[in-house]
Amino acid sequence: MTPSVPTPLAARTPPLAEPSAWHEISLTVNGRPVTAQVESRLLLSDFLRDRLGLTGTHVGCEHGVCGACTVLVDDEPVRTCLILAVQCRGTEIRTVEGLAPGDAPLTSVQQAFHECHGMQCGFCTPGFVMTTTALTEQSDRPDGEQVADALSGHLCRCTGYRNIRRAVCRALDERFGE
Amino acid sequence: MSHDSHPHPHGDGSWIGRSVPRVEDDRLLRGNGRYVDDIALPAAVEAAFLRSPHAHARIDSVDVSAALAAPGVVAVWTGDDVADLPAMLNKEELRTPPGLAELLDPVVRMTPMPLLAADKVLYVGQPVAVVFAENRYLAEDALELVDVRYSPLAVLVDPERSLTPDAPLLHEELPDNTAVTVAARAGDPDTAFARAHAVVSERFEAHRYVASPIETRAISAQVDPYSGRLTVWSGTQTPHRLRDAIAHTLGLEPAAVHVIAADVGGGFGQKGILYVEELIVPHAARRIGRPVLWREDRNENLTASSHAREQIHRIELAADSEGLIIAVRDRITVNFGAYNMTGLVVPYNSLCHLLGPYRIPNVDIDVVGVLTNTTFATPYRGAGRPETVFAMERAMDRLAAELGIEPEELRARNLVGPDAMPYATGLVDRSGRPQTYDSGDYPELLRRAVAKADVQGVRARQRAGARDGKHVGIGFAMYIEATGLGPFETARIDIAPSGRVRLAIGAPSQGQGHRTSMAQIAADAIGVPFDVIDVVGGDTEATPFGVGTIASRALVNAGNATHRAGRLVREKIVEAAARRLGVDADGLGLSDGVVTSKEPGGPSIGLAELAGRAPLPGTPEPVDGRYGTEISETVHFRPPGFAVSAGAHAAVVEVDAHTGGIEILHYVVVHDAGNIVNPMIAEGQVTGGIAQGIGGALYEEMVYGPDGQPRTGTYMDYLVPTSSEIPDLDMDETFTPSPMNDLGVKGLGEGGAIAPQAVLAGAVEDALRPFGVVVRRGPLSPSRVRDLIRTADRT
Repeated sequence: MTPSVPTPLAARTPPLAEPSAWHEISLTVNGRPVTAQVESRLLLSDFLRDRLGLTGTHVGCEHGVCGACTVLVDDEPVRTCLILAVQCRGTEIRTVEGLAPGDAPLTSVQQAFHECHGMQCGFCTPGFVMTTTALTEQSDRPDGEQVADALSGHLCRCTGYRNIRRAVCRALDERFGE
Repeated sequence: MSHDSHPHPHGDGSWIGRSVPRVEDDRLLRGNGRYVDDIALPAAVEAAFLRSPHAHARIDSVDVSAALAAPGVVAVWTGDDVADLPAMLNKEELRTPPGLAELLDPVVRMTPMPLLAADKVLYVGQPVAVVFAENRYLAEDALELVDVRYSPLAVLVDPERSLTPDAPLLHEELPDNTAVTVAARAGDPDTAFARAHAVVSERFEAHRYVASPIETRAISAQVDPYSGRLTVWSGTQTPHRLRDAIAHTLGLEPAAVHVIAADVGGGFGQKGILYVEELIVPHAARRIGRPVLWREDRNENLTASSHAREQIHRIELAADSEGLIIAVRDRITVNFGAYNMTGLVVPYNSLCHLLGPYRIPNVDIDVVGVLTNTTFATPYRGAGRPETVFAMERAMDRLAAELGIEPEELRARNLVGPDAMPYATGLVDRSGRPQTYDSGDYPELLRRAVAKADVQGVRARQRAGARDGKHVGIGFAMYIEATGLGPFETARIDIAPSGRVRLAIGAPSQGQGHRTSMAQIAADAIGVPFDVIDVVGGDTEATPFGVGTIASRALVNAGNATHRAGRLVREKIVEAAARRLGVDADGLGLSDGVVTSKEPGGPSIGLAELAGRAPLPGTPEPVDGRYGTEISETVHFRPPGFAVSAGAHAAVVEVDAHTGGIEILHYVVVHDAGNIVNPMIAEGQVTGGIAQGIGGALYEEMVYGPDGQPRTGTYMDYLVPTSSEIPDLDMDETFTPSPMNDLGVKGLGEGGAIAPQAVLAGAVEDALRPFGVVVRRGPLSPSRVRDLIRTADRT
């Protein structure tokens, strides 16, 4: 990493928006309990990125099409640009940072994206990884149509998708057997 | 395509030629990317731009008082607030190379863009005011309180209408709405047309679409209170140009500005040019005295960041009775949008790539770049080539139909053969030198594509007739691409005291994997293990000079700079080791990071021991009078000419005549980019390019109403293909090394995106032969395909 790039701080945005409508929310993020005051209109994406410093969740379109901002809310893939932080009161959220924290080895899903070259610029990658993680956590192997359906919620502009499909197949093979 | 079938130009032990897994992945997979918006600057203010809702209007008044009083607002600027700064002009892009200027005398008219429009707006999306507030929510709230009064003016959207004598002027200082004219001739085209056996004349349109990187544009800036220096983080493909432009605009020395393009979430040319937001944000950081961040939203990216592709070709091909093309004539109109941002780049790329891989002795091409009240258009992956290849390949298909020759056969008859290499076309290239194809075997590319595509199978299915209204068709398209654009690129190599190797290059990465491929090149050149190399790119402190990652040039230029710097460093290491060991340098070799005597049992020394260390108390005086050895080299590689890549695409499609839906049954690509450094990365670049090309061919279109209002401002109506729309590709490749550089490499970042529009149009036209359809423009959406069928002359 370029040494002159500062590491993220916990809070960039002072909580000034819409001072009349505040809510206290408690939720779990990557296994950590979090309690925060949030304004009504604060998007979950901005809450995670700006308030908690979890910038691995990327914002690409802000209208629910590109899927880059996908995280798992109570184990379900959710676009964080389409949901308010206040709606997530009491939920358990997992972001890409929670998959292999610190120096922990990459999960099999992350490893599959690496080995299959299922990423180039890496901006859409956390969204794809979170959706694929959810697929691997189902009790049965999702069929081809379910996989295609899940992937169609994500835009990638670099890879041409072929290697992403390979990565997802590899991750599913790893989880459910070939 | 197998990953281990690639030639290793430097022998089996080399890193070059291997699909080394990317070193950049681990960080990005953990969510540790550092895209501009991820970099927290304490106490930053966020900017939001107020953009023109009119395509063409006078600005009568701007009142910001209510916005200034809004909660959390720090400042609001209009054109008057930045009137002391020069208007933006992309000077380097608008400079005509001397050779080209003398030979062709092109007209390039500058249109500087005001940082914020003060008198007049020229497109929907043009910045008129900017709000700086404690956060983006509050900044966007305040935008609604800025009161701007406009007087709308007549709007020009159609570039041909812009050229008419009574068209309103966009820029009053220009005599008309023409920004660029350039023409080239070779041979005697008029005589050739007069004696031709067959002539086809067509009007083809390349439609407007957008690069649309998933990370929108973003920039942040802060002043270091200790040094006073300005640090700027930008998702730019050209950090050094941005540094120089900021310095020029703000009246600073370039060295007082530090630009960092850390992680960039895709660029594709859209982030390769200069934008006014990138000048305003650094200015604000200085004037407001706090860090400033701006991140574009998707609507802004679609409507107010650069567009691309829109061209009209009036093309004519003349052929003899054998199907040999004897002449081409083309009148190309390029819609520049409201400002001339990149001058000759796109028009000239279209001009000098029109001939493609074909031998055409008589040539008459002229290009005009036209201003309209639409967002400015600039290079996007392929930069003028997909448009021109669409026109030429469509014209080839029409000529084949006219002559009753199979399209692939007509192409085969007209290809430049490998024996003719290097081949001079008779035109001049973009740097003003005679245009020369350095190497390549175009017939072999086509042969392989035809073999994979199963033409006979498609023809048999066609003879059997359509089932349920589903028609199959096959198309072919070929292209050449001049890659490795100069003037130079920089590589600097330092050996750290630990023995690690630091490589800094001028070209940043937007996902191309430079940290991996450049390290492979450096490892081979120096003779060190791959994993001791750290690569830095996109940082103007790391290399004071650089051009950037645009135009399929990074591997050619930064790669060869790295190779040369590595060889020089290698020599220095061996010399230093010879001094230290007291032996002759000729008797030493360097591999795996250790200098070893070629004699069995001789002495050896590792890099860490050789590299420079500061003297400590008690350190003995070294033999050569220096403390340690500072080993470093900087190379600016200047390519002597273009390294010309090429490819042949084939596509088999099934078109549902009832619904207009298109399914790609088989997509074949055979490409040649010379020696390949990392096959896995190269394949990814080709695949990604083709996906963008398929998007443009079938789905993506930036649509304007006649009033200049963009109608495709979100991803709900601007359709980017998903995984479901992009098929697996059938890939093959040939390797004709470029004689233009030591590594024998050619660029391939853009190639994939150049042919899909042409090949899919050809395949759809072939499928709809029973209806007599001619495809003259894209995208081939279901409604457009149905329109084609409805309006075609049935044969």
